[in-house]
Amino acid sequence: MSAAAQSSLSIATPEGVVFSYQLATPVSRCFAWIIDAVAIGGMTYFVSRVVNIAGFLSADFANFLSVVLYFVISVGYGILLEWRWRGQTLGKRVFGLRVIDVHGFRLQFPQIALRNLLRPIDSLPLFYLVGGVAALATRWGQRLGDLAANTVVAHERYWDEPNLDPLAPAKYNSLLAYPRLAGRLRTLANPEAVAFALRAVTGRDSYQPAARLELFAELADYFRSLAHFPEAAIEGLSDEQFVGAVLRVIYHAPGRPHS
Amino acid sequence: MIVDWSRFVGAEKSYWDELEQVLAKLESNPEYGLSLAEVQRLHYLYERCSGDLVRLDQFSEPRLRASLESLVARAYGAIYETRAPVRIRWKAAIYAFPRAFRRHLGAFQLAVGITILGCAFGWFAIRKDPQTKAVLMPFSGLMISPRDRVAIEESSKTDRLTGVKASFSGQLMTHNIQVAIMTMAAGITWGSGTFLLLFYNGVILGAVAADYIAGGQGTFLAGWLLPHGSVEIPAILLGGQAGFILAGALIGWGSGLPRSARLRAVAGDLFAIIAGAACLLVWAGMVEAFVSQYHQPVLPYTLKIAFGVCELAALAAFLGWTGRE
Repeated sequence: MSAAAQSSLSIATPEGVVFSYQLATPVSRCFAWIIDAVAIGGMTYFVSRVVNIAGFLSADFANFLSVVLYFVISVGYGILLEWRWRGQTLGKRVFGLRVIDVHGFRLQFPQIALRNLLRPIDSLPLFYLVGGVAALATRWGQRLGDLAANTVVAHERYWDEPNLDPLAPAKYNSLLAYPRLAGRLRTLANPEAVAFALRAVTGRDSYQPAARLELFAELADYFRSLAHFPEAAIEGLSDEQFVGAVLRVIYHAPGRPHS
Repeated sequence: MIVDWSRFVGAEKSYWDELEQVLAKLESNPEYGLSLAEVQRLHYLYERCSGDLVRLDQFSEPRLRASLESLVARAYGAIYETRAPVRIRWKAAIYAFPRAFRRHLGAFQLAVGITILGCAFGWFAIRKDPQTKAVLMPFSGLMISPRDRVAIEESSKTDRLTGVKASFSGQLMTHNIQVAIMTMAAGITWGSGTFLLLFYNGVILGAVAADYIAGGQGTFLAGWLLPHGSVEIPAILLGGQAGFILAGALIGWGSGLPRSARLRAVAGDLFAIIAGAACLLVWAGMVEAFVSQYHQPVLPYTLKIAFGVCELAALAAFLGWTGRE
């Protein structure tokens, strides 16, 4: 176990590509577990109502079914769902979490079974205290079942193309009339600065007015230093509008529709 | 240099979508066998998308990068996974259990040794001080003297399990499976938890045996315990075996492999052993409820003992010889 907890798990492929998984926090896993506990409770209640029908034939047999099916549901819920849904239970699906192999390989059934069969230890003495402490103490936030099965729980990622239309519509972008200067911007702009500018534009409503003015003034100065657009192109544009127009130029070449 | 984002996405998105479709097909059907042409195409798409990801290193657009990373990660898992996908084939599943048992015979012997140690402790504790019975055997049914219990059981005219046999059987099955799972899971404590559980089970067993044999009720004891115990006790020992396999993989004595590789190597065997033990405990639960609780004159002790010995021999033969190559 390592004390240095990480928020992501990086895997380097033999091709020299590095990809990373955003690891789930104990809190998000706890919320997912609450949903799973409710689902198990609901299923058990439903099954016990159905089993009561068998009570008309034999009360003993109905009790037998109740005892066995509760056990099967409580143990099999995680195993079956994580197997069928590739590392997800209902709770994990709701919170966008997924169990993955620690080396990025395909998740195997024995791994899923093992991490679920070790829940009795993780849940000791109450409310997953042992598992929670283990998750806080290990590098990748693994409970003991995850350690034994070589798994981690990570956030799912979705394809979400940034939509700059509401922030910087191409229709009114005066910078697009200067393709050579726009090309120079694309060539010289620092990627980190561009990513930072994108975050600033999309999250602009969260800034205090004074801080917002200062932030966009600095960004606008930086982009102006890379390409000197004619006064006619930038006349009347606030710093914030200028940064939005720059992003539009960088992300979408002129004449290309938003993909 | 920043790539032209729009042109880049426009040119590459069809490949990403194609890779996504191939992966979705593989993930929805793990048994799907790719043809050579499909394998080559998958490899091409993986390399192409990996290349795209490298190009994106120069362009920190976080959401696009996260999406491509996810795609490359899934493709990487599909291409570099060397373990065969799990296929449910009954014959192979049945063989997997005894083969896993034989592969880790040392762990089973350790579990047997610790249980015998516990038995010896329980035996001598009861022989030295019979007053420890209440502590070592916390079951109300065992508190009366063995002679009195045998007299009650043999003279009973009614079936005390009438109407509850099936539910009693279900409780025994689920409780014993939980004990076996716990014994395996406790191996994660570097084996100390498994050691304690096996030792405690042994203490109870030794104490009960000492009490009944000292009371001259050895035949009753054998007739009572053997029908279900000849399967139940080995099943708990199998849980202990699984626990020590887990502990061995964690500790890694004499292995040059990293911990994750050691754990990966035993995961299949752990599952095979604990699943096999659970199946045995279902049988043991039925036998305990429907056979073990009936004594002479309803069921002669010799018949019950013979039944238990046959079960034990069958289990030993199954674990020792089934699936030998």
